[in-house]
Amino acid sequence: MAIDHATVRRIARLARLSVSDADIPPVADELGRVLGLADQLAGADVTGVEPMAHPHEQVLAWREDAVTEGDRADAFLALAPDARGGLYVVPKVIE
Amino acid sequence: MSPGIVQLAQELRARKISAVELAHAALARARTRSDLNAFITIDESAMLTAAQRADARLATGAWSTLTGIPFAHKDIFCTRGVRTTCASRMLENFVPPYDAGVVERLNDAQAVSLGKTNMDEFAMGSSNENSFFGPAKNPWDAARVPGGSSGGSAAAVAGGIVPFATGTDTGGSIRQPAAFCGITGLKPTYGRVSRWGMIAFASSLDCGGVLARSALDCMHVLSAIAGHDPRDATSVPRAVDNYNAALSTTLQGIKIGVARDYFGAGVDAGVGAAVEAALREYEKLGATLVDISLPDSAQAIAAYYVIAPAEASSNLARYDGVRYGHACSEPQSLEDLYTRSRSEGFGAEVQRRILVGTYALSAGYYDAYYLRAQRVRRLIANDFATAFKSVHLIAGPTAPSVAFKLGEKTADPLAMYAADVNTVAVNLAGLPAISVPAGFSAGLPVGLQLIAPAFAEGALLSAAHHFQLATDWHAREPRA
Repeated sequence: MAIDHATVRRIARLARLSVSDADIPPVADELGRVLGLADQLAGADVTGVEPMAHPHEQVLAWREDAVTEGDRADAFLALAPDARGGLYVVPKVIE
Repeated sequence: MSPGIVQLAQELRARKISAVELAHAALARARTRSDLNAFITIDESAMLTAAQRADARLATGAWSTLTGIPFAHKDIFCTRGVRTTCASRMLENFVPPYDAGVVERLNDAQAVSLGKTNMDEFAMGSSNENSFFGPAKNPWDAARVPGGSSGGSAAAVAGGIVPFATGTDTGGSIRQPAAFCGITGLKPTYGRVSRWGMIAFASSLDCGGVLARSALDCMHVLSAIAGHDPRDATSVPRAVDNYNAALSTTLQGIKIGVARDYFGAGVDAGVGAAVEAALREYEKLGATLVDISLPDSAQAIAAYYVIAPAEASSNLARYDGVRYGHACSEPQSLEDLYTRSRSEGFGAEVQRRILVGTYALSAGYYDAYYLRAQRVRRLIANDFATAFKSVHLIAGPTAPSVAFKLGEKTADPLAMYAADVNTVAVNLAGLPAISVPAGFSAGLPVGLQLIAPAFAEGALLSAAHHFQLATDWHAREPRA
């Protein structure tokens, strides 16, 4: 199936990926081919078939709403590209 | 044949060799076969410390079968204090503050980890060529791929570096590299092995397992890693079978369904012939062969390449340059931080799958792609359920070809995806399956895939083990 360039730009924006202008045509072509594979699904008769999200239809496990780990904030913040005063630091969001 | 787990364990307990000596031998072998590029990280000091601890345990008699046995982890399992990259630039410098459930289990069993094996980035690939750290090579022919995504694990075992390695299988990533490298690869039932600390690709398909030199060795590792983990909500709270005891079941009276759909036009003649010969051997061992059909498996690749990318696009949204992983330099805005960090951090195939998944989940396309793929998924699972009413196991070729050449399929994503044609349906249905060495085609290993009903790992391992007692394909090793 054909994917137009505007669709590539829209999907890339949703996925927070940058696709350069030069790469748009080849990416559109590749996406079209992969989604063309998915178009085979249109041939299956799925009338009355419930979607299957998961291999085992088990009820998700519940647990007590209790602390299971100690305070490891420092260990996790240490992984951040930028963290100060116990907080993750990001570029200014509000002008 | 390089010694397997069982032989090494006997020698360790008889004090013929020490865990430290085994560790040094594995490190030396890893250096000799550095051409395979099987490892991303080797942690020599951690290995020797673990080996000394294992020797101390062996001296006290408080050992398990895996005590002192060298092995390697696929670099998708988080290891506390040891960098875990998932073969991605995104996690090039990520050092987890905790161990994965599988890592804890093998630590508790006192197995001795050499380090972290190469793989396709975020487990997305069938050749190990999508690694930020370069491709791993096939020990049978270094010009060929080891398969993927657990390619480094397969190359490390087949190359004689370690007797076993962990792997993960989302669409064939344990079984196909095991087939390409002439070793045994077990993908357990979905939910049998904890996904805690196993970096997520497609959460309803991802499954941890093992690659080793025999079904017997796979049995020992599965016995150590299987079991409920409350930290993984999809881990199944069900007692673990005694897999060792299950091996005593012979093939007498076992009905094997031969999946004719898996011998289709895309399967090489040499692969088909080797698998047919292996099936004749099963008949000699007392099994009955019955042709069966899994008609909806024809749609498996299409369903898989919607569901897996959709789940991946959601799972990989966590890589935002804020909390951990790669961050771009001098971001101009929050959106710029997200977009450039992700575009710099992810490789081409990962970005392709994120885009495909984002499209399949986007407004206006969700029903036609994602929901439809989930309905087809149920048809595929129902095919298996129907077949298992009349047979105990299902057999066919693991992969349609032997190991292909490096670079042969990198230009065409669809050609690469077709390598998974016989493996993805098993993940969609959540079933256990094993790839067993079954002969050679043009001098390269061929794998026989056996599939069992959910939680019938014991029957699967037993059927593979009895085949290996009667054949020596699994004992063949590449030269060098």
